[in-house]
Amino acid sequence: MSPTGKAAAASEPLRGGPRRRRVRTPGGRRGVPLPLLVPALIGVAFLTVPLVALLVRAPWRAMPEQLTGTAVWQALQLSLVCATAATAVSLVLGVPLAWLLARVEFPGRGLVRALVTLPLVLPPVVGGVALLMALGRNGVVGKWLDAWFGITLPFTTAGVVVAEAFVAMPFLVISVEGTLRAADPRYEEAATTLGASRFTAFRRVTLPLIAPGVAAGAVLAWARALGEFGATITFAGNFPGRTQTMPLAVYLALQSDPEAAIALSLVLLAVSVAVLAGLRDRWMATG
Amino acid sequence: MTPTARRSQRALRTAGLGAAALLALSACSSSGSDSSSAKPDSSASGRLSGTVTVFAAASLQESFTTLGKQFEQAHPGTKVTFSFGGSDSLAASITGGAPADVFASASPKTMKIVTDAGGASGTPVTFARNQLEIATLPGNPDKVGSLKDLTDKSLKVVLCDKEVPCGAAAQKALDASKLKLTPVSYEQDVKSALTKVELKEADAAVVYKTDVHAAGDKVEGVEFPESADAVNDYPITLLKGTQHAETAKAFIALVRSAEGQKVLTGAGFLKP
Repeated sequence: MSPTGKAAAASEPLRGGPRRRRVRTPGGRRGVPLPLLVPALIGVAFLTVPLVALLVRAPWRAMPEQLTGTAVWQALQLSLVCATAATAVSLVLGVPLAWLLARVEFPGRGLVRALVTLPLVLPPVVGGVALLMALGRNGVVGKWLDAWFGITLPFTTAGVVVAEAFVAMPFLVISVEGTLRAADPRYEEAATTLGASRFTAFRRVTLPLIAPGVAAGAVLAWARALGEFGATITFAGNFPGRTQTMPLAVYLALQSDPEAAIALSLVLLAVSVAVLAGLRDRWMATG
Repeated sequence: MTPTARRSQRALRTAGLGAAALLALSACSSSGSDSSSAKPDSSASGRLSGTVTVFAAASLQESFTTLGKQFEQAHPGTKVTFSFGGSDSLAASITGGAPADVFASASPKTMKIVTDAGGASGTPVTFARNQLEIATLPGNPDKVGSLKDLTDKSLKVVLCDKEVPCGAAAQKALDASKLKLTPVSYEQDVKSALTKVELKEADAAVVYKTDVHAAGDKVEGVEFPESADAVNDYPITLLKGTQHAETAKAFIALVRSAEGQKVLTGAGFLKP
C-alpha cells in the first residue's frame, strides 16, 4: 500500500484546476499491455483471496452464538473509540508536523523526516517495548509523569491510544506531507502578501486546499490504528474492557477457538469496510 | 521540475514506500523457523544430518538452546533451529502446516491439539514438569510472601491469559485456594508476563519457576505452596511429514537422556 500514492491521487484536482478527465491512450482499451495486466491481476487475487477464504470458511451457522457475548461488543467498542482517539491525536500533532516538513527549510530536515516515519518499518512489538522504555512507569519520561502527575500509561485505555497513535501517525504525516508538496505554495504566498500572517494563511488557505489529503491520511491512520496489535499488547497489556481491543481478542481466541477468532475478525472487517466505504464517498471520491 | 520528473520522483517515492511496507510485512512473519526442506536425509549411512526444526514452548528457550548447541557439537553436519512461543500458537501453526519436525509443548492440552489433528508421529512423552512461582521486583520491595498477598489492590499483577498453559495453571492454583485475583493484564505468553516485571511495569507476575531462574537477578522468585496443585507436564513428540526423522528422534532422545535432564533441572524444571 502506498499512502503517498493515495494522497497524491486525493490531491489531483487541486493542481490541475478543472478536474482532469482520464486521457485515452491511442491504443484505447484494447492496448492494456500484458506485462502490466498479468501482475495487476495476480496482485488483486493475492490481496483478496485470503479475505474470500475467511468468508468461505467462516462458521456462519455458529455465528449468532459466537457474537452474542458481551465481550465481543466490548472489544469492538474499545477498538473504535481508541482508533478514533488515536486518529485525533495524529491529526492534532501530525498535520503541523507535515507542514513543518513540507514548508520550512531547516537543517536536518531529511533526518527528522526519516525519524518520524521510522515506526512504519519498526516491528510494532519493538515499538511497544520502546514505548514502555519511554512512557512506562519506570521509563525515561514516564518516571516523571508518575512522580509529578501520578499518571501511568501502561495497562490503561489511554495507553492503547498512545500505542495506536505511535504506529498510525507516520501514515498521516507522509500522506499530508505529500499533499502539501503537491499543492501550489503560491496561494499561501499570495495570502501573506495580502497581509495574512503565516498561521492565518495556513488555516484559511492551505488547510482547505489540502483537506482531501488530510482526510485520506486520517482514514489510513484510523485503519492502521484499528488493526494495531503488537504495540498495543506490549505497551498496554490485555484486559477485557480496558485494553483488550478486537485484534487482541482475535489473537487470544485463536489460541483455543479458531472459529470464534474468524467470527471476530469478520466483525472487525465488516465494520472497517463499512466505515471506509462511507468515507470514500464523501472524502475520497476523486476517481 | 518538469511534470514528468516530478511524476517519476513520486513513483520512486511510492516504490520506496512499497518496499518499506514489504519489509515490515516480512518482519511480521513469525520468528525464524527456517524451513528444513533444503537437503534430503542421508542417514542411510548411519550418520545424522540435516536441519531439525523444533517448535518449543517459550519457557524452554534457555534449556533447549543449550541442548541444541550440544546436539550440533555431538553430530557435526546437523543443525537445530528453534521457534519458541506460546504453546497454543505453536500448536496452531503446526496444525496449519508450519514446517516443524519436533514439538515440545508446555501442557498436554496444547499437545492434544496437534495429536487430535493427526500431526504427531507416535505418542507424546512427558520429558519435564514445571511449577509456578511468583516473580517480584528485585529485593521484593512489596514483601510478597504468598499467593494471597497478590490480591492486594495496590499491587500491579500480571497473569498469563487463561488460554495459555501458564495462565491456566495460575487459575487452577487460584481456584484451589479460593482466591480472586484481578490482574492489570492477561499476557499472551509467559515471557511477556515476566518482561512486564523485568521492566518494572508490574509489581509481580505468576510465571514458571524456570522463567524466574532464567531472568537471573532481574526478578526475585517467591515460592508458594498452592503451586503444587498446578504442576504442568511438558510433552514432546516427533511430527509427521518430517524429512529428517532420524536426526529429530536423536534430538528427542538427547532431551530425555540423563544429560538432557541435567540441563533441564539446571534450568529449574522438575523431573518427569
